[in-house]
Amino acid sequence: MLWWLPLFFLQAPQMPDLPNVEKNPLSAASDIAYGKKLFAGRCAGCHGPLGDGGKGANLGVPKLQRAADDRSLYRVIRYGLAETEMPGTSLTQKEVWQVAAYVRTLGQLPREKALGDEANGKTLVRGKGGCLQCHSLGTEGGQLGPPLADVGARRSAAHLRAKLVSPGDNVPDDYRMVDLATSGGKKIKGIRLNEDSYTIQVRDAANKFYSFEKKDLTELKVEKRTMMPSYRTRLSPNELDDVVAYLSGLRGEQ
Amino acid sequence: MRALLCLAAAFPLLGQVTHDRILNAAKEPGNWLTYSGNFAGHRFSPLDQINEANVKTLKPAWVYQANSLQKFETTPLVVDGVMYISEAPSNVTALDTRTGRPLWKYRRPLPGDLRVCCGQVNRGVALLGDLVFVGTLDAHLVALHSKTGAVVWDVVVAPYQSGYSITVAPLAVKDKIVIGVAGGEYGVRGLLDAYDAKTGTRAWRFWTVPGPGDPGHDSWKGDSWKSGSAATWVTGAFDPETNLIYWGTGNPGPDWNGDVRVGDNLYSDCIIALDADSGELKWYFQFTPHDVHDWDATQVPLLIDGEVRGQKRKLVVFPNRNAFYYVLDRTSGQFLLGKPYAKQTWAKGLDDSGKPIRLPGTFPTVEGTKVWPSVAGANNWYSPTYSPRTGLLYIAVREAGSLYFFGEAEYKEGDRFDGGGFRSIPGEEEWGAVRAYDPATGRVAWEHRLFSPPYAGLLSTGGGLVFGATNEGQFYALSATTGKMLWRFQCGGNLIRSNPMSFLSEGKQFVAMTMGNALYVFGMD
Repeated sequence: MLWWLPLFFLQAPQMPDLPNVEKNPLSAASDIAYGKKLFAGRCAGCHGPLGDGGKGANLGVPKLQRAADDRSLYRVIRYGLAETEMPGTSLTQKEVWQVAAYVRTLGQLPREKALGDEANGKTLVRGKGGCLQCHSLGTEGGQLGPPLADVGARRSAAHLRAKLVSPGDNVPDDYRMVDLATSGGKKIKGIRLNEDSYTIQVRDAANKFYSFEKKDLTELKVEKRTMMPSYRTRLSPNELDDVVAYLSGLRGEQ
Repeated sequence: MRALLCLAAAFPLLGQVTHDRILNAAKEPGNWLTYSGNFAGHRFSPLDQINEANVKTLKPAWVYQANSLQKFETTPLVVDGVMYISEAPSNVTALDTRTGRPLWKYRRPLPGDLRVCCGQVNRGVALLGDLVFVGTLDAHLVALHSKTGAVVWDVVVAPYQSGYSITVAPLAVKDKIVIGVAGGEYGVRGLLDAYDAKTGTRAWRFWTVPGPGDPGHDSWKGDSWKSGSAATWVTGAFDPETNLIYWGTGNPGPDWNGDVRVGDNLYSDCIIALDADSGELKWYFQFTPHDVHDWDATQVPLLIDGEVRGQKRKLVVFPNRNAFYYVLDRTSGQFLLGKPYAKQTWAKGLDDSGKPIRLPGTFPTVEGTKVWPSVAGANNWYSPTYSPRTGLLYIAVREAGSLYFFGEAEYKEGDRFDGGGFRSIPGEEEWGAVRAYDPATGRVAWEHRLFSPPYAGLLSTGGGLVFGATNEGQFYALSATTGKMLWRFQCGGNLIRSNPMSFLSEGKQFVAMTMGNALYVFGMD
């Protein structure tokens, strides 16, 4: 009866068509220039125009964790990374190499150095800045905002500074702010955890979960703005430098 | 048992599906004999046991789990207590409709170097006589015995090494099996074939890209016709009165770089009307000449009779991926009406002949060009539905745009050939809706808003319901007259890319749809 079972094994998974070369064959200035154009269109939306991170990883580092060699870099650009937001592309082999050539130059661009005082930054994050009211650092802190334990590995100093000053730009989808009111008159403010056509799931500042039928709500606002305040004036320029320096050093080792 | 005996009395050859039975599908609503439920592409079930009054009590009757994590896109066919489904990659399973237990399985070994753009999928089988027909990812058409799953014949439709594959559900018409191909991202030369159902001998072939000397050939510059694509990967419709098969064709190849194929690129993005016996082209209508956005016209054409400007006409209506809704005369192909049915930013409108008046600055660029609708379109391959009971056409509409990229395009046989790409527009809201339309005018009767652009088709029923599914895992039933959501069920997963259907088992109505990696069948006590 189960004669067909062995047939499953005849069907090997499709191997990606990885080029059989170790080094990027297309690294001329013209390739890099064209790669830059392709990058601007296809990659910069997440990685930032200079590749220093945003929604996507910071590529402005000397060594890319997931793409140490050219073949790996080709694979990541062409096929994406499973279980992450990094999608594959339909770029041709030539175009992938051109983007790869440009990406390699990003690690050599002069970057903003975090010049501040890390120790003072640490104090500010815990004290005046009040960052841990909402963000976690290992066992410390709140859960309303994204965790900070490895934020320095994921985000460039420039990106961290921009976020501190203008936190409302590019709020990640899983940290959208929700304001709602139930037909029973209850008002709730929190972070949207999930949403569909008929229901919404929310976590409030006290870490309480809620799940609602949308039809039972008298008010529902899912906003693009964030609950994070701007530190443009809350911290002095020197203090901002210190916080950026401290956050840049957070690499997930704590 | 009584139901089975009744059926046996009505159909002496139990399980034998004849052309006449498919033609008269409405007379045996307990079965679902062809992809869209009838030849007219309506995806309407006259069954009314499940209706607006009692749909609240609907619950899962059984679930069949697929052995694959690929998208599960099949429309089940049901005949006389047996359900036939295809499963990824190119497998077929016969299920007992009462319990969901498999009766037989056909598991096809496939080569490791398949060329598939968008997942190892299959959208269903066709039935005729005592055979079950399935297209395969290595571009064969296979006939299986409906009682055993044994291979009766197996023919090569096209060489898969050149980029062809088959994902479409075949259409059984008269004594032939009509089958299309995929491969629009590999620069294949598109075709639509018909095979003798008994022997597998090819009866006719229509090239969707005309060769030298054929009309339309001059719509391709130089040799670009050789890699012109115009694949045929969604099941069409058939009208016994006109004896025409109506079929949508896909994007020209390469998708986003039109510079290498100057011209209108016939018969890409068309509806073609072919004589069912000879495969001869009777008329065509091109929705998007020289498409550079990958807007395949691979939607299910719906054959509806209606009144346009005071005149009764035989219509074919077509909610196109390019965000325009078209009404054509299906005897002649004459353009009668066309209007946007979702946000679009690429055309000022349509001229009197139905040709789009393109806006400047909408072609893909290396840096990306923002255009609505998105690459997946206002509608895609999933089915709309027409209810003769309400006289309304229901479409799951996608409201989204894309950034379109231009890329280089050098054809090499068997390699991807798309000349660019796309991605979503950062920060732009995307959403969806089920909308009910007057098919003759395109006027909206109601809208049921959805959180995100759907990728699942609709079923309307004699019970006054419209079934469908959201991207977020909900299977739902709406009132066909008001659009009000009456019932829903969370199936889990977020990949519902299929179409619902309905059938009777032991005299009781069930509704079925594949969701995530499982086939769900719902019924009442």
